[in-house]
Parts: sequence; structure tokens; C-alpha cells
Amino acid sequence: MLNLYDCTLSSRLLLGTARYPSPAVLSEAVIRSGAGVVTVSLRRETAGGKTGGAFFELIRGLGVRILPNTAGCHSASEAVLTARMAREVFGTSWIKLEVIGHHDSLQPDVFELVEAARILTEEGFSVFPYTTDDLVVGEKLLAAGCRVLMPWCAPIGSAAGPRNRPALTAMRAAFPGIPLIVDAGLGRPSHAAVVMELGYDAVLLNTAVAMAGDPAAMAEAFAKATEAGRLAYIAGMLQPRDMAVPSTPVIGKAVFS
Amino acid sequence: MSCFIVKGAGVAGLAVAHELLRRGANVDIVDLKETIGQGSSFFAGGMLAPYCETEAAEEMVLKRGLHAADWWDQAVPGAVTRNGTLVVAQPRELSDLLHFASRTTGHVWVDRDGIAALEPSLAGRFDKALFFAAEAHLDPRRALVRLAENIRQLGGQFHFGSRPPSTKNCSVILDCTGPAAIAHMRGLRGVRGEMLHLETGEVSLSRPVRMLHPRHPIYVVPRDNHRFMVGATMIEMDDDGPISARSLMELLNAAYALHPAFGEARVVETGVGIRPAFTDNAPRVVETTEGLAIAGMYRHGFLLAPAMAVSAATRLSKGLRFTKE
Repeated sequence: MLNLYDCTLSSRLLLGTARYPSPAVLSEAVIRSGAGVVTVSLRRETAGGKTGGAFFELIRGLGVRILPNTAGCHSASEAVLTARMAREVFGTSWIKLEVIGHHDSLQPDVFELVEAARILTEEGFSVFPYTTDDLVVGEKLLAAGCRVLMPWCAPIGSAAGPRNRPALTAMRAAFPGIPLIVDAGLGRPSHAAVVMELGYDAVLLNTAVAMAGDPAAMAEAFAKATEAGRLAYIAGMLQPRDMAVPSTPVIGKAVFS
Repeated sequence: MSCFIVKGAGVAGLAVAHELLRRGANVDIVDLKETIGQGSSFFAGGMLAPYCETEAAEEMVLKRGLHAADWWDQAVPGAVTRNGTLVVAQPRELSDLLHFASRTTGHVWVDRDGIAALEPSLAGRFDKALFFAAEAHLDPRRALVRLAENIRQLGGQFHFGSRPPSTKNCSVILDCTGPAAIAHMRGLRGVRGEMLHLETGEVSLSRPVRMLHPRHPIYVVPRDNHRFMVGATMIEMDDDGPISARSLMELLNAAYALHPAFGEARVVETGVGIRPAFTDNAPRVVETTEGLAIAGMYRHGFLLAPAMAVSAATRLSKGLRFTKE
């Protein structure tokens, strides 16, 4: 079971709610994914101080835990403000903290991220920081009070899959007791399986499901791959080697010489 | 003779009024606004693009939108321009173009020469594009004005303003109030759309051009007098306040990326409309206590109003108005 801020979840897949063809398709995808947590972007929907009433009602109606996010924020102060609004709107202290530092790559601004994480933790938030695979930043985030880390494996929405496996492996090794969730860059189910095999605790994805030809079917495919990767990690995998190892034992074979 | 009251003088209301009048009914059209088409229809793109729309819509949009251009041509002769749609993307967004191609039918690939032949203004700007030859477009505001004229000629009567006429002996009311129905119709929500009009003599387009982008896709629909409608954002909220600075910036940025001359254009109008939508984003003819409603047109008002109007009018003329569709 996955444990995030003292909340136990049976699914290791977290799903975003943006860019689906329709709310009906989104709802179907969430159900088929089995995800216990969905992320919701607050920023645009609440412009002008109004909530996106009907859409938020739909999200609430999904019956899963809501993880509001600060997508689109470019500074600590903006993200903190958005997080406070999210707490009001959704009645949860969970917040996926996203502070974008680079317009093109949507790479997080890790300095602002750590600062925002510190402020929000002090205010009682459970912070899920979207970060890079940098170990020092990970340590600073933990020192700021985060109890979960969410590194990217490639830029948001890029569908590129794990680009730096050694870095992800190092991160897993560096933070053994901390739930690690790969947050961005997954494009296909095999990518999810790979990071789960590396020992990551969960994956969070959006575009790869939302923009698929059949989002609901893709959600299920990701759920299965995530589960498969987790099982493989627990089962213990062989290390690759250069030479062949016969899989049929030779003991007992007749020897003609 | 049957008589009907149509509430709402937008695209759905006028389309169904026209259908009913053609079938010989008596029709009164009422609207709280001062004239026709002042609601969401005012901000429509007017693209009759059933093939492109299936990129992110249910199959029914293609099926029911296929004959929209014919309907408009018949109802408002000369209003429709049948030049197709061109879908382009910057070289680094080629994967978006491939994705779009895989999700749609009715297109052919065109290269640089093909793009230059179709849209000389865009010559040299894109390597590849998708051309949807069978699609069409119209100017929504002009089309509705002319449709209203035809409705008057067929005997339809308009009543504007806050005091609707006595309903005489008409017992059947068609609710075509668009976003105003959100307040009282279950399952209906609003999706905010922001748009703007640019004016420049330096660009000329013969057809709607869609530019794909992972974050800020836009379409540009040519209008008369060197005007271009640029749209449209899709935001899950029913606030119809003025366009946000961010949206304006993104739409203008995208237009500028499509053609730098749009950077010199004048912004002659910005607008915000609310698209009424059900959770599957597909429109419906639904029964109400007073009659029928055409609801949830979402972003497909001009594309699907004809099919919805025919469907509603057929049900009413068959006396089957309380049968589920």
C-alpha cells in the first residue's frame, strides 16, 4: 500500500484532470485507472475569484482524493497564494507544488520551490513538490518539511519517458524511506513500468492519458503497467549480464565422450 | 396550424425556428436581448469543420455535422464559403500534426508548395500541413442576420426585450437559451471561451487556419474587410467577464507565430462567450415540461444547430415530442 502523508492508497497511479475531450471521458478514465488521487489545476479555473463551479463539482463527484496543484505559477508568492485558494475551494491541505522556472522546458524553479515548500509546510499544508532529480534539492525540500518528493523524468507533457535512469536510481537510493513519485514526462505504459521497476512508489500522469485516442483504455494500460513494475520491483529482478546462462540444467545429462 | 414559441434568438433558436416554419408551423421567437444573436453565437468562429472537430469530439459530431454546410447554403444562400480548412504546426510541433492526422479523417497532407498554393500569405512559413478539403466556414453574425430575415419572410415573429408576448394559445415552447439554461438544466455547465478580432491588410486567408500547439492552439477565421477572428480559449468556468491578460497575450502570441504581420494588426474587438455543455460535450434535444430544449451546443453551435434543429422539428411534427431520442 502507498502511504502519502498518513493517507493509505491502494493504487500507485495518480491522474491529472486536464485536457480530456470531455468531463465524461475524464470520469471514465479515472474509474478505469483505479486511481485514488486526481490532481486539479486551480489557477485558470478561478481567475477573477470565481470557482469553476460545475467542473469542480464533477471532480468532487469522482469520489477520489483531490490533490490541487499550482500549475502555471512562476514564483513562490504566486504558488503560496494559489495553494491557499486551493485549500479554501477543495477543503484539503494537500497541495501539489509546482513553480515553473523556465518557459520552454517548464523546468521547476527549485529555489522558489524550496521557499514555497517551507512557507506552506509552516502553514500546515502537506506539500507534494514537483522537482527535478537533483539530490541536493531533494534534501532541501525534505528539510523544508516535505514528506514526499515528485521528480520529473522528462519535461511536462513531453511523453519522452525516463531520460536519466542513473539519476532516478541515485535518487531512489538517496531517499530510501521517502515516497517518490515520478511526476512528469511519462508517455507510455512501458515508461511507467520502468520507473516503478526502479523502486519508485507511484507515478503521476495526465497528458499521456488525456490525449490518447481512447483515454479510458490508456488509463487502464498505465494502471496495469504501474502495478506490473511495482510487482517486479518487490519480486526482485535479475541483473543483466554479458554472457549467456543456460536455463536448462545440465546435471544428469548423459555424457558421451 | 401548430404554433411554437422559441426562446432564444441565437443559432440554435433561429435554426429550429426556420425548420418549423418550413414545415408550415407558426413560430414566435422571444429573446431578452435587444436583437438576434447577442449571446454565445456572437462569439462563434463559424467553422463548419466536422472532420477537424473529431480530433477531440465524439463521433456524432462528424456524423451530424457533415451536412451543416448544405443546410446553411439552403437556408442562407451564399453565406457559406467552401474552401476547406488548413491545419498547420511549427516544425518542432510536428508530433502534434501527426497526432491530429491520426485522430481525424477527410484530410490530405500538403507540403510547402501545397501550402503556398492554398494560402499564399503562409508561403514558406510551414513545411507540412493537413488540408481538409470538404470543410467550410461562414460569418456567424451575418449568417444569423440573414437567417432572421428569411424567418420573417416565412412568417416568423420576433419579440425582443424583457417583456415576452402573451403566449397566445401556443402550448409548446422550445428552449434554445444556450448558457442561460445552465441555471435550470441538470448536467449543463459553462465553458468560457475568449476570442478577438484582428484587422490587417497584410495577411489574406481564404479559409480557416488552425495552428496546433501543445499549450496554445488557435484558429484564425478570415472575415470580410481584412478582419480575422482569432480564437479561442477553453476554460472550465462560467464567468463571462472580460478577457484575461494572459489569454489575450497567448492568443496574440499564437497569431503572431502564425504570421508576423498579425503583430502589426489592430485589435478591433475582444469578446467572451460561455459555451453551454453537457459532461460529454455533445448537444442534445431534451424534453422539458413545456416542450423541448436544444441544449449543450458547446463549441459546435453553427456546426450542429442544423442537425439538432431538424431533429427537434421532426419530433414535433410527428407529434413524438415526448419520446426519448
